[in-house]
Amino acid sequence: MIDFLNSIIVLLNFIIIPGISYGSQLALGALGVTFVYAILRFANFAHGEIMSFGAMITILFTWFFQSQNIGLGILPTALLALPIGIIATIILCIISDKFVFQYYRYQKSVPVVLAMVSIGVMFVINAIIRIIIGTETIKFSDGQKFIMKAKQFKVMTGLNEGLALKSSQVITILITILLLTFTFWFLQKTKTGKSMRAFSDNEDLALLSGINPDRVVFTTWIIVGVLACVAGTLYGLDKSYKPIIYLNLVLPIFASAIVGGIGSPFGAVVGGYVIAFSEIMVTYAYKKFFVYLLPSSIEPTGLVQLLSTDYKFAVSFSILVIVLLIRPSGIFKGRVL
Amino acid sequence: MMKFERYEWLAITIMISLFIFVGFIQGWSVSLVILNMCIISAIMTMGVNISWGYAGVINFGVMGFLAMGGLAAVLVSYPPIAESWQAGGKGLGISFALLVVLVFAVMYINKTVIQKRNRYIFNSLTIFFGILIIRHFYLNATHNIEDVNPAIAGFLGGLGLPIIFSWIVGGLFAAGVAFVIGKVALGLRSDYLAIVTLGISEIVVSVLKHEEWLSRGVKNVIGLKRPVPYEIDLQNADWFINLVTYLNSSKLNNIIDVSDRQQVLNNLIIDASGIFVKLSYAILFLIVMLIIFYFANKAQLSPWGRMMRAIRDNETAANAMGKDVVKQHLIIFVIGAAIVGVAGAMLVTLDGLFTPSGYRPLRFTFIIWIMVIVGGSGNNLGAIFGGFVIWFSWIEAAPLTTFIINQLTAGLEPTNALKLHLLDSVPYFRYLFMGLILLLILRYRPKGIIPEKVRHS
Repeated sequence: MIDFLNSIIVLLNFIIIPGISYGSQLALGALGVTFVYAILRFANFAHGEIMSFGAMITILFTWFFQSQNIGLGILPTALLALPIGIIATIILCIISDKFVFQYYRYQKSVPVVLAMVSIGVMFVINAIIRIIIGTETIKFSDGQKFIMKAKQFKVMTGLNEGLALKSSQVITILITILLLTFTFWFLQKTKTGKSMRAFSDNEDLALLSGINPDRVVFTTWIIVGVLACVAGTLYGLDKSYKPIIYLNLVLPIFASAIVGGIGSPFGAVVGGYVIAFSEIMVTYAYKKFFVYLLPSSIEPTGLVQLLSTDYKFAVSFSILVIVLLIRPSGIFKGRVL
Repeated sequence: MMKFERYEWLAITIMISLFIFVGFIQGWSVSLVILNMCIISAIMTMGVNISWGYAGVINFGVMGFLAMGGLAAVLVSYPPIAESWQAGGKGLGISFALLVVLVFAVMYINKTVIQKRNRYIFNSLTIFFGILIIRHFYLNATHNIEDVNPAIAGFLGGLGLPIIFSWIVGGLFAAGVAFVIGKVALGLRSDYLAIVTLGISEIVVSVLKHEEWLSRGVKNVIGLKRPVPYEIDLQNADWFINLVTYLNSSKLNNIIDVSDRQQVLNNLIIDASGIFVKLSYAILFLIVMLIIFYFANKAQLSPWGRMMRAIRDNETAANAMGKDVVKQHLIIFVIGAAIVGVAGAMLVTLDGLFTPSGYRPLRFTFIIWIMVIVGGSGNNLGAIFGGFVIWFSWIEAAPLTTFIINQLTAGLEPTNALKLHLLDSVPYFRYLFMGLILLLILRYRPKGIIPEKVRHS
């Protein structure tokens, strides 16, 4: 019985908790991509850089607050700076729409052209970030690092295995729940949300019924800005901020959005967790888990690892390809908010 | 043969004069280094242009195909390592044979089991257990190989042939990978295809990074044999010394002191040997570029090229006219990838080393696409022009930025924090330039600087 509990704790500590927090970050990112895809109808390659930009502004203001000795006690100061980062990110989104994307929307350009345009935007934002903050790895989480340390847990329960709970993980999960609830409430219950859904479902019909497209697009960019900034900051808070990471993060985010069914917000969230869990589960070495669970005579000798951790990144794409082959529309049929 | 319009001559003149300008300002060595990379970039751009410009098939997997070309360069030119083959050759052979058996087994199941649900179950079971068995042999073999002299070897080595053959092999490797990708993904919508090819290219690179038995992974392969002479050999070759003496005879004759003259001559020879090597590379690359350019143009003007344009402009209509759209898409995707693969092998040839961690999408996929868009998709000269101009500005952006920043902050003290910060971030301004160029071209000249010619025939 104790062995069984120990094995469960191993799973919780190394797979489930990291999976949920990484999955939440991916889900928020994928939700942003999905909004752009469903309303503006293009694949936004610049999304990773928008996330990075939001995180950067948050970091700059975190530093400012730290220098002024303003803090939140046990909570990271970044939470205080987050609203400013969100506002800056929204402004960035709206500026890039006004000066770049709007023209092509009025021209009714094909999605591929808009995707190319977003690559241009990606380069520009990328350059701005690097010019402002450089390329170094930045750790900006302060306050209490752990809610529960592995040792405390061991003492508390008397088990062999510890369960560590980082505060950044808990914050990630709480903020994600909050944001997701708000987003879905907004889409289902408010008038603007309903008009957005109508717009994404059938643009011409929505226009005919008097929905103002510019207003819908404006609202979309606000939501995208919020989601992107929060996702970027949470990722930076959990791992550490490094500008180059966000370009690599775009691919798992796209994978999540497509796996879930691109254009479907619920699908994007599910897709985020699917991708995160499969990345972690496929590359985790299960030796410890089986050591607890199996009698010692048939204990595994190797690491019991499906793929080495080097291939973490390849996993998300293999899943994407498999899903596209078996069920091209994703887990949840997409294209409508 | 094709005729160039006046603005096309203008473009060619601009390209040539840029290099002459740099040659006089920064030295011929720098100019030739840039020229070599420009030619390689132009070849990559032509590869992408063939699939995108001719047929509208998007290929964001440039990085992966380049890496395959680079792998070919290693596998063709590196001398074989007998011990590694002894250590793990057999195990690898067995695992590959088993892999083939597994593929046939899956094909057999697909053919015989009709019911869909059963087919999935059988297939997943076969693949799962098949991979478990293969892994056993494979991991043993690779482990043994990587243990052979890990500091300098630890991989299977290559064939030990001249590296120039790898340019063809690199094309074939890339074509092979492209065939598999195309089979899987070409049915997708264009923006999905972009994401999928981008992802698969990342997978290709991560395999190259971590399969050390194949090409040493992140430990890199260095010291690949060159197709052109080495500087040190040239400096000791009599004919080269005579040539340099002859070319500089007037300058040398003015110096009366013998030891001074020898000193000057030695410096000249060292300079000249570097330039000679780069020039030989440039000539080799230029030949390849012109061959590809010739055939690409021929193909574009042929009935096949016309069919490709028809497919690009209206897929449904082309399909209705009895053209096999899926097959043609696959063909052109493979051809484009093969050309990119050739460029990848040339890139590694030029560097003389293979560094898988150097393949990054920003540098090797997105920049190439900027070249295509800026140059003009659907026009091969445009592709070459885009490759030259963008690579040129990518390299020259740094000196230009330094100059501009120094001008703008001239009034500030040299220790001013803002000025120092800006000067520190000079290398990142090139991304800004690239993004702005792309955005401006897409906005004001969406067909590129040298647009595709509309043919009425």
